[in-house]
Amino acid sequence: MQQFFNTALTGLTLGMVYAAFALALVLIWRSTRVVNFAQAPMAMVTTFIALVIIDAGYSYWLGFVAALLAGLALGAVLERLIIRPVEGKSEINAVILTLGLFIVLHALAAVFFGNRYRSFPAPFGLKGIEVGGTTIALNGFGIFTIVSVLVVMGLLVALFRFTDIGLKMRAAAFNQEVARLLGVRVGHMLTLGWALAALVGSLAGILIAGGSLVHPSYMDSVVVFGFVAAVLGGLDSPLGAVLGGLILGVSLSFVSGYVGSQLVPLAALVILMLVLTLRPGGLFAQAPERRV
Amino acid sequence: MRARMAAAWGSTLGRHLLLALAGLLVVIVVVESVSDYRNTQLAAMAYLGIAAGGLTVLTGLNGQLSLGHGALMAIGAYTAALMLSDRDSSMPLSVVIVTAVLATLAVGTAVGLAAARLHGPYLAGATLALAVAVPGIALYFKETLGGEQGLRVVMPEIPGWVLELAFFVTGQDLSRSRFTSYVGWLTLIVVFLLLANLSAGRVGRRWRAVRDDEVAAELAGINLGRARVSAFMVSAAAAGAAGAILAFTVKLAAPSAFTLTLSLTLLAAIVLGGLGTLSGALIGATLLTFLPSVVTDLGRTAGLSDIQAAELAPLVYGVVMVAVILLAPMGIVGSFRQARARRRMKKLSTSAKGTAA
Repeated sequence: MQQFFNTALTGLTLGMVYAAFALALVLIWRSTRVVNFAQAPMAMVTTFIALVIIDAGYSYWLGFVAALLAGLALGAVLERLIIRPVEGKSEINAVILTLGLFIVLHALAAVFFGNRYRSFPAPFGLKGIEVGGTTIALNGFGIFTIVSVLVVMGLLVALFRFTDIGLKMRAAAFNQEVARLLGVRVGHMLTLGWALAALVGSLAGILIAGGSLVHPSYMDSVVVFGFVAAVLGGLDSPLGAVLGGLILGVSLSFVSGYVGSQLVPLAALVILMLVLTLRPGGLFAQAPERRV
Repeated sequence: MRARMAAAWGSTLGRHLLLALAGLLVVIVVVESVSDYRNTQLAAMAYLGIAAGGLTVLTGLNGQLSLGHGALMAIGAYTAALMLSDRDSSMPLSVVIVTAVLATLAVGTAVGLAAARLHGPYLAGATLALAVAVPGIALYFKETLGGEQGLRVVMPEIPGWVLELAFFVTGQDLSRSRFTSYVGWLTLIVVFLLLANLSAGRVGRRWRAVRDDEVAAELAGINLGRARVSAFMVSAAAAGAAGAILAFTVKLAAPSAFTLTLSLTLLAAIVLGGLGTLSGALIGATLLTFLPSVVTDLGRTAGLSDIQAAELAPLVYGVVMVAVILLAPMGIVGSFRQARARRRMKKLSTSAKGTAA
């Protein structure tokens, strides 16, 4: 019973990170119809930037903020320079481009930061909290993870709901032509969308790294989990991405705890295949309408 | 003789057979004239070429993007390794290759059936998941699949008639790495012959029709799902053969050989060569084989450490991949053909002007 409870708790913490990562994919998909497979190496690069700052003796929080800002800048630059020319064109070209970026960022990280495993610090304790004599699988860093993802999500919702820029971004994503006619500078909005998505992705990267090891490929499987989570939610809905992330986190945690951690990616593949075959519109779609 | 050659050149099958024969001659000359070390590289080029050829059919002709071909190669390689696990096995390599192809075909059919319903990014995501998931299977079933260390591949003795034939043709003894290189290149020629004929024929026309315009293809009576699944199956079978050759070449089937990077570099190869032509796939495989050592040496002379220099090759693939998509989406072969066609048009128009004047 206790193991069951702890597995679920671990899954929920992990699920929050997948949710953040899925949210980043959804933000980009909604505005530019591109699935950004380079999201994982982008987050990996910003996490390494944080690690360099922390290793140089500065505080964790400086590294944390620097990673998020670096993500913001990286997303904006990549959208402007690389993705803009193929937006709205053949989807296969856009996918190949993000995969090219994947390889480039990976190789650059290995050249600059080295190819070995390095440990990444956590700002809070990694010891489980004690409740009534038993230790539960939730530690200070886990709480920090959940809170920071919730805060970022809240800020995004506030941005999209209550601000002028958010309204313009939604307009640009919804219908570029009409938005343009109404005087929205669509290009700027798309760049901003990529930048925000990369910021959220960077948050996921630094949260996964906390208290464990980083390596140029430590995020590779997370792009798969983020994609599966986003597809669970229907790829178009931010709320769906969050719920999808939580569901996936808990399911994978149970696979890892009761079957074997090596089979976690396989379980993700099975879940993805089931969803795409049975409910291609995502788990929360009213009617299966989207063609995949 | 000349007339018969011309007639053979006229039919597609005849042309492909003649090309295959010419290719075989080139292979014999090259394999015999280079060192054993180079032959190991040649064998590597053969398996990358076979896998890239299969991926070209899928992505170039049918418009389906697969990031999981490295995982399919793993299935071929592990099948081969399971069949060649001890010294006494007298299993002919042809049987091993065919079994590897059949095993991969079975998995490829299952994936293809699911994939046929998916488009663009969805298919890419699903096959990406496949690429990440498969190495974990080898780790989980440690007893049979060897875990992290993988399975050793014990190559059987070279059959006596092959040794005699090789001595008769070339006048020198056949070394083991030459033999592996021959096996790889013979397989490549057979696979490319089959792929070229398939894509030139009715099946290939259907694949292209589905890629270019789904609605029109459906109106013309083409079963979209069947066309997609068949393209995936053919492509998976080629990946299985490539995996078997890989197992013969590196004498090992281990999860570390089939990372996501392998799948992505295969994609880089076909994008570089030019999506949709088998010759492009071969050019891409050549670059994949020989570029790394050149770039790594350059990096070392520029003062990078060995580990850093080793990362330059993927960096170059990635940069070129991005550049190709942005600047020349048809790749090397496609751009070359386009330039030639443009020149021909120019010549035609100038000569037309000449007659008019």
